[in-house]
Amino acid sequence: MPDLGLLRTTTFRVALLYLGLFIASVLVILGLIYWFTAGFIERQTDETIAAEIAGLREHYRQRRLPGLIEVVNARSATPRSNTLYLVASPTYAPLAGNLSAWPDAVPDQDGWVEFEIKDAPPVPDGRRHDARAVMFTLSGGYHLLVGRDTRERSHFQERVLISLAWALLLTIGLGAAGGVLISRNVMHRIDAINRTTRQIMSGALQERMAVQGSGDELDQLAGNLNAMLDQIEQLMVGMRQVSDSVAHDLRTPLTRLRSRLEITLVECSGEDEYRAAIQEAIGEADRLLGIFSALLSIAEAEAGTLQRSFQKVALADIARQIADLYEPAAEEAGLTFASDIRAEPVVLGNQQLLAQAVANLLDNALKYSPPGGRVTLAVDGPDGARGTCISVSDGGPGIPADQRETVLRRFVRLESSRSSPGNGLGLSLVDAVARLHGARLEMDDNRPGLIVAIVFPRIGAG
Amino acid sequence: MKILVIEDDAQAAAYMVKGLRESGHVVDHVADGKDGLFMAGSETYDVLIVDRLLPGRDGLSLVEILRGAGTETPVLFLSALGSVDDRVRGLRAGGDDYLTKPYAFSELLARVEALGRRKSAGAAATTRLQVGDLEMDLLARRVRRGAKQIDLLPREFRLLEYLMRHAGNVVTRTMLLENVWDYHFDPQTNVIDVHVARLRQKIDRDFPTPMIHTVRGAGYTLRA
Repeated sequence: MPDLGLLRTTTFRVALLYLGLFIASVLVILGLIYWFTAGFIERQTDETIAAEIAGLREHYRQRRLPGLIEVVNARSATPRSNTLYLVASPTYAPLAGNLSAWPDAVPDQDGWVEFEIKDAPPVPDGRRHDARAVMFTLSGGYHLLVGRDTRERSHFQERVLISLAWALLLTIGLGAAGGVLISRNVMHRIDAINRTTRQIMSGALQERMAVQGSGDELDQLAGNLNAMLDQIEQLMVGMRQVSDSVAHDLRTPLTRLRSRLEITLVECSGEDEYRAAIQEAIGEADRLLGIFSALLSIAEAEAGTLQRSFQKVALADIARQIADLYEPAAEEAGLTFASDIRAEPVVLGNQQLLAQAVANLLDNALKYSPPGGRVTLAVDGPDGARGTCISVSDGGPGIPADQRETVLRRFVRLESSRSSPGNGLGLSLVDAVARLHGARLEMDDNRPGLIVAIVFPRIGAG
Repeated sequence: MKILVIEDDAQAAAYMVKGLRESGHVVDHVADGKDGLFMAGSETYDVLIVDRLLPGRDGLSLVEILRGAGTETPVLFLSALGSVDDRVRGLRAGGDDYLTKPYAFSELLARVEALGRRKSAGAAATTRLQVGDLEMDLLARRVRRGAKQIDLLPREFRLLEYLMRHAGNVVTRTMLLENVWDYHFDPQTNVIDVHVARLRQKIDRDFPTPMIHTVRGAGYTLRA
């Protein structure tokens, strides 16, 4: 578990961000607490002083200075009072009250002053201001001071502040620890995913991500990665099959081509012989090129990228054109060729590929039908027995039901047809084109012969 | 004809240039798009042969620039990408024909000559075609050879029209499939041969000199 890496991870950054927000909100809350406790006491002090002043003012109004001195003396005598009083002469000599001397602090604009009580026992933390008072100048130059001893209050405020600071520290500590723990947990799982990915990249293709089973986002991510890997694996298996069969099926004709050229080089003498050998070689090369272009067409159909360029295609028109193209060849082969167009369905698709698929089916029908047989090219609409489809039926040997899946694979040729020309890619292409169009390939027994139908999905209105 | 080949593969280009020269054409060759643009813009050619994949650019964009600049020389695209989509894109960019690599030289030659002829024939809409004693009236859809009226099926008429428009030139099976049926794939069955054989029956049967000839390994040609 790389702890240094932790500081760089997104998870940790997110945790840190949350911690920041957390601290900010805790600060607000603590500020409010302070405001409602220590702040309240401070305001209370000022209100008390104001109330005292109001009382004294009343006495002064009624009985002038003597009355004031009397009240001040009486109130100063109250033990454990936090209120400070001092009445002083014009020369600041104390006349009454519980302060021993007039403080030399200068009052602010509102007449408030903060000063040290000289004769009070010293407070341990050496704070300087420990009283808060208002000063008045009375008629005749006399002075009045009303204040409160704030030592206890300050002490309390300090205690509140200290506990709030502790609370803050604790919050930061807990938040940070929690963030680290949470991000470590997430990190650990992401680390596991990264580790597995690296293993897979270094060749352990069968490895898969661990799924905890909690169904959270990380589990979903792991699940999706696994599904993707499965799909890639399937594609790779398919690719391997293709390349194996390509290698196998192309090697044979290439080897044949090569040995033939070699023999020509050794044995041929006359120009005619050379000419014949070269023509044979060209024919062989053309067969090879045919295999390649068939493979490319299949790959293109299977890639599915053509779906972007789909247009409306009238199946019956394709059938008519292809019939027009193939009819003479079918007759030449001694077959009866019939078109059976029962509807005019329109599908979304690629005209060229659909035509090529139908042409491939007809190639097969012509190739395998015995002379005198019948080949039918049929089109039916969505209301037909099968739904929208285009089909080719022949009177040839057919394909046994248990081999109908097999013949769709590339390069597969049934034993019975090994002797006839062909590369075993015709039906693979038809199948790929059908799947590109979301259609099914259905094969049935024509008794005798084979019916191959490309059956299109039903499209809802619009 | 005067032909410009824009192709970066030296071996393929040498083979192409040699073959075209042996067939009696004047050929210039450049290996990249920049020179190709310069040459095509500064000289007059009958046909341009442009490879789709040139160093640093797609042959498509080169032809688009030429077409934008008003050059109307016929263009034959060569491409290793033989997909349905690519052909459409090539023709949309201003190409006149499209040939997928690898190709037989006879196929390339036939297509280049067909393109060159199309240019020299001009775009004038003609209503009659005549080759020797063979006459085609495109408006009345009638064909005569000498004094004999020949009845043709619609597809046979189109096939003959294409052969007559390219009289004297080799026309390949693929060209017929593309131009008469508009199909761009290679049927396993010899469908085109059967069509030509039937047309030949009608055109040549009662006459001492055949007009439709098979060119081995390449295709067909119609000549008087």
